[in-house]
Amino acid sequence: MALKLPIYMDYHATTPCDPRVFEAMRPYFTEIFGNAASRNHQFGWEAEEAVENARKQAAGLIAASPKEIVFTSGATESDNLAIKGVAEMYYERGDHIITAVTEHKAVLDSCKKLEKRGFKVTYLPVGSDGLISPDDVRNAITDKTILLTIMMANNEIGVIQPISEIGKVCKEKGVIFHTDATQAIGKIPFNVNDLNVDLASFSGHKIYGPKGVGGLYVRRKNPRVVLVPIMDGGGHERGMRSGTLNVTGIVGLGKACELAKGEMPTENERVFALREKLRKGIMDEIPDVYVNGHSTERLPGNLNMSFAYVEGESLLMGMNDIAVSSGSACTSASLEPSYVLKALGVGEELAHSSIRFGLGRFNTEEEVDYTIGRVNEAVNRLRELSPLWEMVQEGIDLSKVQWAGE
Amino acid sequence: MAYSDKVVDHYNNPRNVGSLDKKDPSVGTGLVGAPECGDVMKLQIKINPETQIIEDAKFKTFGCGSAIASSSLATEWLKGRTVDDALAIKNTAIVKELNLPPVKIHCSVLAEDAIRAAVHDYQNKQIEPKKAEEAGGNA
Repeated sequence: MALKLPIYMDYHATTPCDPRVFEAMRPYFTEIFGNAASRNHQFGWEAEEAVENARKQAAGLIAASPKEIVFTSGATESDNLAIKGVAEMYYERGDHIITAVTEHKAVLDSCKKLEKRGFKVTYLPVGSDGLISPDDVRNAITDKTILLTIMMANNEIGVIQPISEIGKVCKEKGVIFHTDATQAIGKIPFNVNDLNVDLASFSGHKIYGPKGVGGLYVRRKNPRVVLVPIMDGGGHERGMRSGTLNVTGIVGLGKACELAKGEMPTENERVFALREKLRKGIMDEIPDVYVNGHSTERLPGNLNMSFAYVEGESLLMGMNDIAVSSGSACTSASLEPSYVLKALGVGEELAHSSIRFGLGRFNTEEEVDYTIGRVNEAVNRLRELSPLWEMVQEGIDLSKVQWAGE
Repeated sequence: MAYSDKVVDHYNNPRNVGSLDKKDPSVGTGLVGAPECGDVMKLQIKINPETQIIEDAKFKTFGCGSAIASSSLATEWLKGRTVDDALAIKNTAIVKELNLPPVKIHCSVLAEDAIRAAVHDYQNKQIEPKKAEEAGGNA
């Protein structure tokens, strides 16, 4: 099969809709277009049936009951609803929330907003491998703590947190536990009971479903979690999320969950093999390359690497027929290098040199071979252009140089 | 982010990449930026002591495509100029030539800084040739 360019290797950003998902959604645009809340005619009943089927498919992926699934517009909304919804519901019990420094902005900024409203938030540090220690969680919990929110898998470095152990601590202490599982659900096994989670956010477009749809798992038993909605209106989704249901999107999300459940074991094995081939193909050829984050406790498709002495954005330009992303400041709107890498203690110069490869369902071995060649070629070329590389070859210790820009 | 054709051209075919002997008294070296900031430029000029004309210019840059393009363009512009004319190169001219977006203006500023640092290094060497030699040309 001929190699088709450009190659997509940014599966943490988004995924293409699986054609099977798209086919499942197709009738719901024009034929079965009813409002799932219309209780008095065929159009509404059909839409409702489709939504309830999707709810079963989503619940089935995470071993939940269908009644515990709330459909939202995506994981950002799910995170907002979980965090703000718990804060507003349980503020009389306490005003303390615990999260971690490497969380997604949807979590961090929700927590920051609550801080402005008077809540106290503890931001747990991570180790140099990106992992949170369950002991740190235990020590951070006070009698005022109402919520702990820790992501399952990190969107940048792919590390998988010890969610089960953290969940156990929360259960023991009676703290509600939310996990942003956007990168995890559909990618790695996720069982709400084994993991002791009370709330879990997930998204359609990260798992080969459509954009604009996601979900929140809300535990109904032991404990029963109640949320104050952030959107008011018709009282859809058991009052937790008003707004006419995105039936087409929900059908797609459901189908994506069903496919993920069935294909996860074989898909993970295949994607992991591709990831390892890519990693070795680069590291065997290029010196001074570092993998960011824990080496084994990570998503099968994630590879986050720093290429010392080469700036990330220029590296992206050098391999512009491969779609990946960088932790370099130059590629972000904020002009700051990745806060996740900084939290790991990766030096800023290496944060500027980082590339995130996200492999997924539709990548092939040919694509990985091509990528290895392109990366190695671009890194070698840019190092020839790099004054830092030249200085290091001359035996200069870069950390001892007095930089003019500092 | 879309790059201008000129930035892409300089990135793909950088002009005057390389190094001059920083101990040579007729060579001025500018090293500006810092690795933590994601940009380091080394720009060198070789000056004819008789005519004060820049006969050669070389650069190496660690930075984004716009930083590479800004320094590559600077070396092109420097060749054949006098030292005084070199100092007249303004970052705004680089922005205009490369069509840099606002977020990349700092790349052009760094290139202007590198030119100034290289010229100052050369001028210092003329005043105190020996001292400059020991310092190895690091700005």
